Amino acid sequence: MLEIKNLHAKVGDREILRGLDLSVGAGEVHAIMGPNGSGKSTLAHVLAGRPGYTVTVGSVLYKGKDLLALSPEDRAREGVFLAFQYPVEIPGVSNAYFLKAALNAIRKHRGLPELDAMDFLALVKEKAGVVEMDDALVKRPVNEGFSGGEKKRNEIFQMSVLEPTLAVLDETDSGLDIDALRIVANGVNQLRHPERSMLVVTHYQRLLNYIVPDFVHVLVEGRIVASGGKEMALRLEEKGYSWLEKEPAPASAGRP
Amino acid sequence: MTTSPVAEDREVFRASFERFAARRADPDAPWLARLRTAAMARFVEKGFPTTREEAWRKTSVARIARTAFKPAEGGVSGAEALAGLGLTGFHGPQIVFVNGRWSAELSTPGAALPGLEVRSLREVLARQPQRLEPLLNRVAGESGNVFADLNTAFVEDGAVVFVAPGAVLEEPVHLVYLSVTPEREPTVSFPRTVIVAGRGSEARLVESYGGKGGAVYLTNAVTEVVVEDGASLDHYKLQRESESAFHVATLAVRQERNARFTDHAISLGAALARNDIGVLFGGEGGEGTLLGLFLGDGERHLDTHTRIDHAVPHCASRELYKGILDGSARGVFDGLIVVRPGAQKTDAWQTNKNLLLSRQALVDSTPRLEILADDVKCKHGSTTGQLDPAALFYLRSRGIAEAAARALLTYAFASDLVQRIRVEPLRRAVEAYLQSRLPSALEIKEAFA
Repeated sequence: MLEIKNLHAKVGDREILRGLDLSVGAGEVHAIMGPNGSGKSTLAHVLAGRPGYTVTVGSVLYKGKDLLALSPEDRAREGVFLAFQYPVEIPGVSNAYFLKAALNAIRKHRGLPELDAMDFLALVKEKAGVVEMDDALVKRPVNEGFSGGEKKRNEIFQMSVLEPTLAVLDETDSGLDIDALRIVANGVNQLRHPERSMLVVTHYQRLLNYIVPDFVHVLVEGRIVASGGKEMALRLEEKGYSWLEKEPAPASAGRP
Repeated sequence: MTTSPVAEDREVFRASFERFAARRADPDAPWLARLRTAAMARFVEKGFPTTREEAWRKTSVARIARTAFKPAEGGVSGAEALAGLGLTGFHGPQIVFVNGRWSAELSTPGAALPGLEVRSLREVLARQPQRLEPLLNRVAGESGNVFADLNTAFVEDGAVVFVAPGAVLEEPVHLVYLSVTPEREPTVSFPRTVIVAGRGSEARLVESYGGKGGAVYLTNAVTEVVVEDGASLDHYKLQRESESAFHVATLAVRQERNARFTDHAISLGAALARNDIGVLFGGEGGEGTLLGLFLGDGERHLDTHTRIDHAVPHCASRELYKGILDGSARGVFDGLIVVRPGAQKTDAWQTNKNLLLSRQALVDSTPRLEILADDVKCKHGSTTGQLDPAALFYLRSRGIAEAAARALLTYAFASDLVQRIRVEPLRRAVEAYLQSRLPSALEIKEAFA
């Protein structure tokens, strides 16, 4: 599904990713953990194609295609979805209609007929239920005046409507209380599918109690320094990241 | 006789004025003749403003001063220009003027609205001039604007709207001023509108300005509004002049005690447009709101100057202007709020936000407060910027093409002002215009909230 090789990326003039290797298979859930500033969010944004994040060396193959050659919108149409750590407020654009435009752009790209208003509303009703999202929020301007938890729920709601094949969740747990976390995680778990891979970027192990990953990778200074199963997250919770920062990075890390 | 070039500019209008005065079959009422002559004298004395004057520092009217305009003539059909406005579906009275003259052909009485009297200014001046004597130039006369003087000198036709005390008009009144000019012959018209919203009345009124494409013309309009005690008036102005037109307009408003007035100024057309808007609180408890949206592209120059005069205590004013500039267009917003000595408990709030879609587009924004009372709440602010890159990326990351995302965000920038238009045919026309101007608008049409 996703093959990242020797990825180096800069944000502005600063090199953040310094030779990252990662391989994600279809249907797998990988957690990317690491201390602040290790490059977790940069990786998420590079995959989504954020302008200003420049890849200097390395390659990313997604479903066998060169992902880095695609525009952000074409990545989305090919099935890449980024759940933002800080979802953007867009006053004046209704959540529902924005999502309809997005969904139909994706469907058109895939040669599917566009959904009409009726079918779309039925779909929205169904998907909003998954993350217990209020109807009123669906109709409101995108993220405007939403609480932190509502914004994160909105991300997962969008994801469930757009049905990506590669979902990148950037610190989806940050700023959530335990109830909101449970709702969001539940929404994510319902989207687990043999054809859908997920990259869950998080600083804390807490989220991984609810979204149980197949693999856990530790990112330090722009490189993956350790990989393991879900139990690795517990070890990190107990010992912190410092024990890893002191070890030299392995020559090659990735899918164990 | 003067021979300087500036004086020659004035000479066009002065000579025109003499012919105008001479051809008037019925002599004007003496007060009207005096009003005209005095206004012409002020124009001849002051001449066209130059960029050395503070109020015109950012807007040169040299192109207007250089042009030898002839008075626009009647007897032409405005049907095509009317269609060009894209305004359909009005149920109330629609009064159409072509080249400054009431058009019986295009005007429609619409639904009967009890308490409403709409007449042509020409008719009222001919038959009941005494009704206009206490009104004409009584509000605008204080503006000190030479273009308003020019309009007063040539005042002849336009609309007079009386809303009876206590009347509540179910439908909006629509006044349409169209210019239809011959090729290569620049013409000028002087539409004049007088509106009196009687005590405790409630009304909505739309003024639309348009013209047939290609021709150079000047619309020099003046609208005077009196909102009497406890009345509420929503005033809209759609400026959709042809691309080579000049549009200079003065809106002068006096609000009496507990009166509510809202202006929505939507400026879409003209090569050069200038709006001077003045609101005077003449009684306590007034609420005044000035809203404006200006969209410029190409080489358009769109200027709005507003002045809100808190002359008495306990009044609230709200002002929100937004500009969207593309190409090499230039926008000017100058908003002055005056709080006079003793106007305590004034509550004034003013914001100007501008969106620049190209590197060559430019906006000059000058919010100004002049506060001479000490117990007041005043706030103002101004921002000018480009589309938010974070929002743009957010939309693209969901599969929306870049051009469509830009269009969506541009529309969203304007949408709060569009949504506040409470006259549906006008709101639909503005929405349609926005969609037609934004790239990829069709693709995202349904995304408009």
